[in-house]
Amino acid sequence: MTMLKIEGVHTFYGNIEALKGIDMEVNEGEIVTLIGANGAGKTTLLMTCCGAPQATKGRILFEGTDISRMPTHEICQLGIQQSPEGRRIFPRMSVYENLQMGACTQDPKHFDSDLEMVFDLFPRLKERISQRAGTMSGGEQQMLAIGRALMGRPRLLLLDEPSLGLAPLVVKQIFDTIKKINKENKVTVFLVEQNAFHALKLAHRGYVMVNGNITMSGGGAELLANPEVRAAYLEGGH
Amino acid sequence: MSSLLTSARVTPAEIAKELAFFAVIAFMMSIMILGVETVDRPTGLELALRWDLVILAIASTLVGRLGLIVRREHMSRLLQAVLIVVSAVMVFEMFVRFRDMDDRWAAPVTFDMAFQSVTSVIVFVAMIAVVFAIAYFSASTKRVVTEEEKAQSISSRLQVAYRTNTKKIGFVGILFFFIFPLLFGENRSAIDLATLVMIYIMLGWGLNIVVGLAGLLDLGYVAFYAVGAYSYALLSQHFGLSFWLCLPMAGIFSASFGIILGFPVLRLRGDYLAIVTLGFGEIIRVVLINWYNLTGGPDGIASIERPSFFGLAEFSRRVPEGVTSFSDLFGIDYSSMHRLIFLYYLILILALVTNFVTMRLRKLPIGRAWEALREDEIACRSLGINPTNTKLSAFAIGAMFGGFAGAFFATRQGFISPESFTFLESAVILAIVVMGGMGSQIGVVLAAIVMIGFPEMFRELAEYRMLIFGAGMVAIMLWRPRGLLSFRDPTILLNMSKKEKVAGENS
Repeated sequence: MTMLKIEGVHTFYGNIEALKGIDMEVNEGEIVTLIGANGAGKTTLLMTCCGAPQATKGRILFEGTDISRMPTHEICQLGIQQSPEGRRIFPRMSVYENLQMGACTQDPKHFDSDLEMVFDLFPRLKERISQRAGTMSGGEQQMLAIGRALMGRPRLLLLDEPSLGLAPLVVKQIFDTIKKINKENKVTVFLVEQNAFHALKLAHRGYVMVNGNITMSGGGAELLANPEVRAAYLEGGH
Repeated sequence: MSSLLTSARVTPAEIAKELAFFAVIAFMMSIMILGVETVDRPTGLELALRWDLVILAIASTLVGRLGLIVRREHMSRLLQAVLIVVSAVMVFEMFVRFRDMDDRWAAPVTFDMAFQSVTSVIVFVAMIAVVFAIAYFSASTKRVVTEEEKAQSISSRLQVAYRTNTKKIGFVGILFFFIFPLLFGENRSAIDLATLVMIYIMLGWGLNIVVGLAGLLDLGYVAFYAVGAYSYALLSQHFGLSFWLCLPMAGIFSASFGIILGFPVLRLRGDYLAIVTLGFGEIIRVVLINWYNLTGGPDGIASIERPSFFGLAEFSRRVPEGVTSFSDLFGIDYSSMHRLIFLYYLILILALVTNFVTMRLRKLPIGRAWEALREDEIACRSLGINPTNTKLSAFAIGAMFGGFAGAFFATRQGFISPESFTFLESAVILAIVVMGGMGSQIGVVLAAIVMIGFPEMFRELAEYRMLIFGAGMVAIMLWRPRGLLSFRDPTILLNMSKKEKVAGENS
C-alpha cells in the first residue's frame, strides 16, 4: 500500500526552481532511499514533505491525505517524523529532555515504553541520559536525533543524511539500527543519503536525483549494480 | 626599580615601551575629559587647563600598569600590592581635586584629609588595608596553575555550591524577604526601597519567561507594565472597581496586548524582533501621551485609589462611616507604616506567584517547548510543536505578569504618567534579566538588587554612582559574560540521575 505519494512537485526558493516536478512513492514497510550529489535537491524534497518550504505545484499525499498545504506541525501529528539534516538536537538540553521533546505530541502513557524502546535501540543514549546533548559526539547526537524522532511514534520516518560527518564504523552501526527500526518496529523509512553505497545496500528501493529531477529508480541492489550509478556515485569510494 | 624586576622575562626596554604606550593613551583620554575646564570669569567663560589632573591620571595609570606587569610576570606579591595601593591613592587624589580644588599647584590633599581626625585616619588606613589585602591575596606568584587549583578557585567553588544548594538558597532568600519588614519595620526608606526592588524582581521574572525561556528578545516590555497600570487606574477611576477586582483584569488586558503584539512579530527573530517590540513600547507610550481624553495625557492620572486590606479594612487614619480601619480591625495603634508594609508583602506575594508559575511552567510541556523553541525553531516544528501558539503563550504570560506589576505600581504610587514608562525602564528590566543570567530565577533577584537597590542606597554619591554603576556593568560583562548565574537549571535531570545512580547501584 502506498504510504507517501509525491505527484509532480515543484518547489521554489525565490525564483530558483529547486524541484522540477518530482514523482515518487514510498510504500508501507519499505526503506526507500534518495541519493544524489550535493545541491541536487534531496533535502529540499524531504523538507517539502514536511511543509517547509511548501510545494508550489503538485501534491503530496500521506495515506490519501493531501499534506502539501499543511503547516509542519500538523503534518508531524499525522505520523511523519524526521531527523533533520545536521541533526538539530537541542544542544543545551539533556538527552532525556530531548527525548521528551520528541514525545511532546504523544499521549504520555506511551512515554515509558517508547523510552525503553529507544534505549534498546541505542543503549549509548541511556548511559548519557542526563548529559547535555551538545556535549556528545557526532554519532551519539545522530542517535539522539533518530531516537527523538522515534519518540513521536512515527509511521513514516524521514532521515536526512544520518551518516553525515560520522566515522565508517558508526555509520554502519546507524544503518544497522535503521534496518532494525524498519523490521522490528514496522516503521517505514524514507532515507536521503550521499553515502550511496550504504544507502542502496540497505534500501528496498532507491531513487537517484540530479538537478531537481528524478533520473533513475529501481530496487536497491539493482541500482547498486547499475553502471551509471556506479560511475557517478560509487567509483573511487568503498 | 630595575633591581626588583630582575626575575622578569621581559627586559626593562620592553617594560618602558609598554608603559610609554599606556602613558600616551592615558594622556589622550584625560586631556579632554579631565584636563580642560570651563571657568566663569567676569570676561566670560574661559577654558582652563588642569595639568595636575592629567599628570595624576597618567601617573596612576603608569603605576597601576606596572603593578599589572609585575602580576603578569608572577613576581613579588608585596610589590604588586604596593603598586596597586599607590595607584589607588593617586586615583583618589585625582577625584578629590577634580571635585573640590581649583588650585592647580596645591599640595596633595589626600593626606590632609586623611589626618584631619582620628576617625578619618582610621577610615583611611582601613581603606588602604582593604585595597592592599585584596591586591596582596589575589596576587599571583605561580607561573603554572594546576587543574586542581583551578577547580578550587573561589568562583568555581561558589558555582558548585550554588548548583547543589539552589533550593536552600532560594528558601533562605524567601525567608529573608519575608522577615525583612520585621527587621526594618520602622525604616520607611528601607521598606520603600525593598518594595521598588521587588517590583523589578517581578518584572524581571515576567520578562524572563519571554527572553530567558522562549528566547524572544523583547525591548518593549514596559508597554505591558503601562497597560497594567493604566488598566487599574482607569477602571478604578471611572467604574470605582476595587484593586482586587482590577488586578486580574489588568493581567488579562496586558496578556491580550501581548497577543496583539505577538501576532505580527511571529516571523521575526533576534534583532528584528527587538526593533519591532521597541517600537511597540514607544507606540503605547505615545498613545498614552496623546489620548488626552482617556489617559490625561502628560498630566497622568492622580489620586488613584489605594488598595484595601483584602476588602475588609482601609489603611487611612480616618475612615468614612461604616468602613473599618486596619488598626481597628486588629486593635492596634494607627501607624502610617502599616500600608507600606502591606504593600511590600503584596508585591512579595505577587512576585513569588510569578516565580512559582514560571517554575511550574518550565516543567510542563509548554515550558519545555519554549526552551526548545529558543534552541532551535526548525527542529521544534519538525517535532510537531506549533510555534505560533507557543510564542504567543510566552508573550501573553510574560505580559500578564507585567500587567500585575503595573497595577501594583499604580496603586502604590497613587499617580501614574507616561513618564514612568519610558524605554529606559524596558532597558533596565532587560538588563536585569541579562545580567542575572538568562533563564535563572535567582540571578534575576541578584541583578535586581544590584541594579535597583545599590544605586538607590548610594544616592549620596550623586552622579558618581552612575560612574560606578557603569563600571560594575562592564566588570560583570567582562568576568561573567553570560550573567551572574549563567547556567540553565536542570529541570528534571538531577532527580533522574539520582534515580539512575540508585538503579545502577542496585543492579
